[in-house]
Amino acid sequence: MAYTISASGLRKRYGDVAAVDGVSFDVEAGEFFGILGPNGAGKTTVLEIVEGLRRADGGEVSVLGLPPWPRNPRLLPRIGVQLQSSAFFERLTAREQLQTFGSLYGVPAARADAMLEMVGLTDKAGVQVEKLSGGQAQRLSIACALVHDPELVFLDEPTAALDPQARRNLWDVLAGISTEGRTIVLTTHHMDEAESLCDRVAIMDAGRILQLGAPAALVRGLDAPARVSVASGTLPVEDARALPAADEVADDGVSLVVSTRDPGAVVAALAAKDALAGVRIGGATLEDVFLELTGREYRA
Amino acid sequence: MSTYQSFTSLARAMLLGFRRDKGALFFTVLFPLMFLVIFGGVFGHQATAKVTVVAAGPVPLVDRAVAHDGDLAGTLKVVRAASRDAALKKVEKGDADAFVEQSGNALNVRYSVADQVKSGTARGLLSSIAQSANLAATGRPPAYTVTEAQVEDRSLKAIQFFTPSLLGWALASAGVFGASQTLVTWRTKGILRRLRLSPAPVPTVFAARVAVSLGIALVQFAVFVAVAHLPFFGLKLTGDWWLAIPTLMAGVLAFLGIGTLIGSWAKTQETAQLVGQLVVLPMAFLGGSFFPLDSMPGWMRAVSYVFPLRYLNQGMLDVMGRGLGPGSVLVPIAVLLGVALVTALLAVRVFRWDAA
Ligand SMILES: Nc1ncnc2c1ncn2[C@@H]1O[C@H](COP(=O)(O)OP(=O)(O)OP(=O)(O)O)[C@@H](O)[C@H]1O
Ligand SMILES: [Mg+2]
Repeated sequence: MAYTISASGLRKRYGDVAAVDGVSFDVEAGEFFGILGPNGAGKTTVLEIVEGLRRADGGEVSVLGLPPWPRNPRLLPRIGVQLQSSAFFERLTAREQLQTFGSLYGVPAARADAMLEMVGLTDKAGVQVEKLSGGQAQRLSIACALVHDPELVFLDEPTAALDPQARRNLWDVLAGISTEGRTIVLTTHHMDEAESLCDRVAIMDAGRILQLGAPAALVRGLDAPARVSVASGTLPVEDARALPAADEVADDGVSLVVSTRDPGAVVAALAAKDALAGVRIGGATLEDVFLELTGREYRA
Repeated sequence: MSTYQSFTSLARAMLLGFRRDKGALFFTVLFPLMFLVIFGGVFGHQATAKVTVVAAGPVPLVDRAVAHDGDLAGTLKVVRAASRDAALKKVEKGDADAFVEQSGNALNVRYSVADQVKSGTARGLLSSIAQSANLAATGRPPAYTVTEAQVEDRSLKAIQFFTPSLLGWALASAGVFGASQTLVTWRTKGILRRLRLSPAPVPTVFAARVAVSLGIALVQFAVFVAVAHLPFFGLKLTGDWWLAIPTLMAGVLAFLGIGTLIGSWAKTQETAQLVGQLVVLPMAFLGGSFFPLDSMPGWMRAVSYVFPLRYLNQGMLDVMGRGLGPGSVLVPIAVLLGVALVTALLAVRVFRWDAA
């Protein structure tokens, strides 16, 4: 089966820094693929190599069956790219940006308005990009990447610097474009984003892929305990330790947290004691996966 | 088709960006125009009445000659003073170049040596008036005559000089800063990378910039000529003045080439701005934009030959200011196109898509 993206053994050095140090992965058609990692992990560099903006020092990459380097005009109309820092023409309005980028791909000017509508910027059509908020600019940047209806889309941290509300809105937009059969590659710092959007995630750190798989599978594979927490003081710590299936108990003065592999049993026992004030149940997350893989806290 | 579409939309994007940039509009159009208004206004009325003679009593011989000879009236101005003493005082103070009185058939001239050129001219003009009168008195046609034609008007009216020269400076700034700033901004803001990811052929990006700059240059030309044409300034375009247009187009290409070279090399806007100034300002001063090449000391004139702006100024001055023919712009155009070619080739070598 021909992969949409096939990369093997990619390497890139900047002086002493091995920005990408032997990265291999394949992306299938229609997949929503995430690259997750902290600052400096090498996410952008991997994308740049796959997009054809940088030449790898070593390794092989093919995109839609074509080599992206050197600049390949047959490949370019089929991919759409949102760069990490938005690239807009100065002093052009949102609509003019889309028209200009569109015309580079032979797209009729009328499509600009459809794109604005898709990312919810219709009322900002006549506003110059310099006057858009960070989130609006980010959405416009995504619209510019999609204006020519590409089969494969690269999004480099599309939700960086957005407030939680704007992030959720953007997730809806991204989920929408992915249902149209497009292949999407996205990088992010946010574990929750990768979990909720991506079919598969590559967790990267220091230029390498540490683990690759569906988010749920990664978390399950971790076999990490769930956490049940109630308000501090609801139950003495001793009593909590005696609960069935409780592995570890800690009270930080705000909440009492019970680690367990059977959250159902713990909650049932708490209910029997009428000690459910402020109960919350947290499963393991990709954050735990990262901690397990690197031995250090994830710092986005 | 798609190439053409890319070209027009990129050109449109650049033009809109330029039009909405108040700073760029000011510096490329209004700022040089202010210089034209100031220089044209201050120096504009200097070259008219060239020599002034003052008379206290009647000087019919001189009056008659001035009344009948339009050329003479343009160079010799006769003013009156209340008394002989007052008239002589005027000459001493330099308000007039010579004093003249007529007693019988004799013209009596007194002058000061403060301005030898002017008093010399005054004396020459007055004695030629006397001689023509002598000749006329004999009643015979003159045996020897002198026909004269101007080779080149050395004492060009100020506006005839400043219009093409300040325009040259304006074109040089617009070309150098337009190209270098666009390139650096587009690179640092990632627009170049974004364009590289689009299927638009690379040359269309540059072609669009060239087209926009040529358009802006024509606007600068039109505005300059329109303002200089106002009666207050009194620019006169004669003969093949339209040859200034191909000349300025060659100039735009040369300055875009220089700007592209700076923009390809410079990493930040500040560097590009600074280097641009370091190129444009000395070039404007030594290339004859603010004062005529003819009035420079020899070594300066020799240095001026290294500045492309010199050729643009010279070419435009010849056809717009002096009314000379096509021959005068051939060398300037050739030099400017050569500069454009060399800088473009160099720029291709140092060009970078990426900030790092
Ligand atoms: N142009 C460059 N020149 C030199 N070093 C670079 C360059 N680009 C990236 N690096 C280095 O390569 C490493 C990986 O950078 P990269 O931008 O790929 O990380 P990233 O995962 O995208 O980080 P972020 O989350 O901050 O965007 C970093 O150590 C960075 O300092
Ligand atoms: Mg990055």
